[in-house]
Amino acid sequence: MAEIAQLLINGILLGSILALGAVGATMIFGVLRFAHFAHGDFMAIGAYFALTVVTVFNLPVLAALPVAMLMTAGLAVGIDQVVYRRIRRVQPVILLISSFATALVLRSLIQMIWGSSNQVYQTGIQMPWRIGPLTLKPDHLLIFAAAAILVFLVHLFLTHTRMGKAMRAMSDNMDLALITGIPADRVIMWTWAIGGALAAAAGVLLGMDTRLHPVMGWTLLLPIFAATILGGIGRPYGAIVGGLVIGCAMELSTLIIPGAYKPAVAFAIMVATLIVRPQGIIRGSL
Amino acid sequence: MDWLSLLAYSVFFLNLVGIYAVLVLGLNMQWGMTGQFNIGVAGFFAVGAYTSAILTTGPSDDWLGGFDLPFLAGLVGAVIVTIPIAWVIGRITARLRTDYLAIATIGIAEIIRLFFLNEGWLSNGTRGIPGIDTPFNVGNAGYLLIVTLFVAGTYWLVEIAQRSPWGRVLRAIRDNEAATAAAGKDVARFRLEAFVVGSCIMALGGGLYAHFVGFISPEAFRPLYGTFLVWVMLIAGGSGNNRGVLLGALVVWIIWSSTEILAGLMPTALIGSESAFRIFLIGVLLQIILVSRPQGLLPEKRPRMPGAGR
Repeated sequence: MAEIAQLLINGILLGSILALGAVGATMIFGVLRFAHFAHGDFMAIGAYFALTVVTVFNLPVLAALPVAMLMTAGLAVGIDQVVYRRIRRVQPVILLISSFATALVLRSLIQMIWGSSNQVYQTGIQMPWRIGPLTLKPDHLLIFAAAAILVFLVHLFLTHTRMGKAMRAMSDNMDLALITGIPADRVIMWTWAIGGALAAAAGVLLGMDTRLHPVMGWTLLLPIFAATILGGIGRPYGAIVGGLVIGCAMELSTLIIPGAYKPAVAFAIMVATLIVRPQGIIRGSL
Repeated sequence: MDWLSLLAYSVFFLNLVGIYAVLVLGLNMQWGMTGQFNIGVAGFFAVGAYTSAILTTGPSDDWLGGFDLPFLAGLVGAVIVTIPIAWVIGRITARLRTDYLAIATIGIAEIIRLFFLNEGWLSNGTRGIPGIDTPFNVGNAGYLLIVTLFVAGTYWLVEIAQRSPWGRVLRAIRDNEAATAAAGKDVARFRLEAFVVGSCIMALGGGLYAHFVGFISPEAFRPLYGTFLVWVMLIAGGSGNNRGVLLGALVVWIIWSSTEILAGLMPTALIGSESAFRIFLIGVLLQIILVSRPQGLLPEKRPRMPGAGR
């Protein structure tokens, strides 16, 4: 019983990181209609931006988080302007291949700038709290709180600002949204900025929980897409639920199968969703 | 470099071009002809390479070996093992839209790699399978002849397939699925067939690869080598055009090899790691191709309609 509870704690932790990544991925998917394969590498580069801020200015990680989010948002908008914008009208598939190339370029840049070995934000061991048979690190509470606050901010943005509403409209019904005069180019820029910022946050929190590594984002790409599809494409709230479900399922699965196959669990859930309920938990826009 | 070592290098180089050409021909069957977005090439590549390696190596305590079968039996085995795997995957994914199919196939490729990484009894895990013989002890030059035969054979078969009624249905599905279905074609079945045939060609490439390098480990089937380079070749050469595909394999492999020379010239302090710099260059190259010439070097040519005016 205690083992299951501990795994659930780990699952919610992983799930909130996945949820942050999936909210951005699902908004990009919804507004731009393509699966963005560089999303995991946005996470990784965000985590490394924060590492630079932490080491250069000697700041705590959570103070570096907003800086990393801003930098990654800028990077995402920049990549869209330089590359994706030019091929958006050709064929959605070309965009997909291009994002695959972006993923590799970003990952190799990380290796070239920061090296390919494991790195951590803080050295030294954090004493975990023991609550009965369960253990919890202080960092875990910080991660969970940061993820919850960010998700709440996204909720406020989507429901209370003009841009947020325009974004939901474009994701719901592209043609109708365009007819009503929504400035598509600006909505797309905002989508990239928010997607990039949230991915960076997910990466930083993941780095706090474990370590930094150039492929840290790529290995989470599959679970993030699984959360996106499970939650319904273009549905930020669905993506949060999806992220938590996938995170818990991946952790709980270690009771039965070797931990190395965790990504396969996310994948199995995704395939099952596509077969049984392709529109996702909350009916997606695609 | 004297001319002898240059010759030896070109033989080595052309062998790899040939092996990749087989992989790209397989991918062209799926994407170029049918419009199936498979970015799990590495998975079928790995299945082919491992099957062929396990079937042809001598007995060992470290992996499932000891069949000691001849080279050709290994290749046939690679294709036979791939058929049910590709059939099941194709069956599940055939109805998926392009971007779902992309996510699903990349997941499958990663799971296949995880499988070979973790099931040590089968594949010796990270240590990989060494000592895969070159057939008939022919050396690199002789092997080049074998690879060339396989490339020519595969090319011939896919060209026939492409011109056949079967290939015409595939292109029709790619260009207009609804109209093809309305014409009474079983779209799902044709898709599944193209997926399985394409995957088998990739597995054949994997088998050829295993016998050329003599040692395989899960490292070789990371998405970069197994999938990404193959896609760059297809897009650069001209998807849908088999001759373009062969040209793409050659050109991209030349560029990929010259990035090694370029990376060697750069100061290490500037680029950090050589392999990362090469990946960076090839990624940027693909972006440039996609932005400036998405149809590739040799764009697809429509076959002449039978009976059309000359």
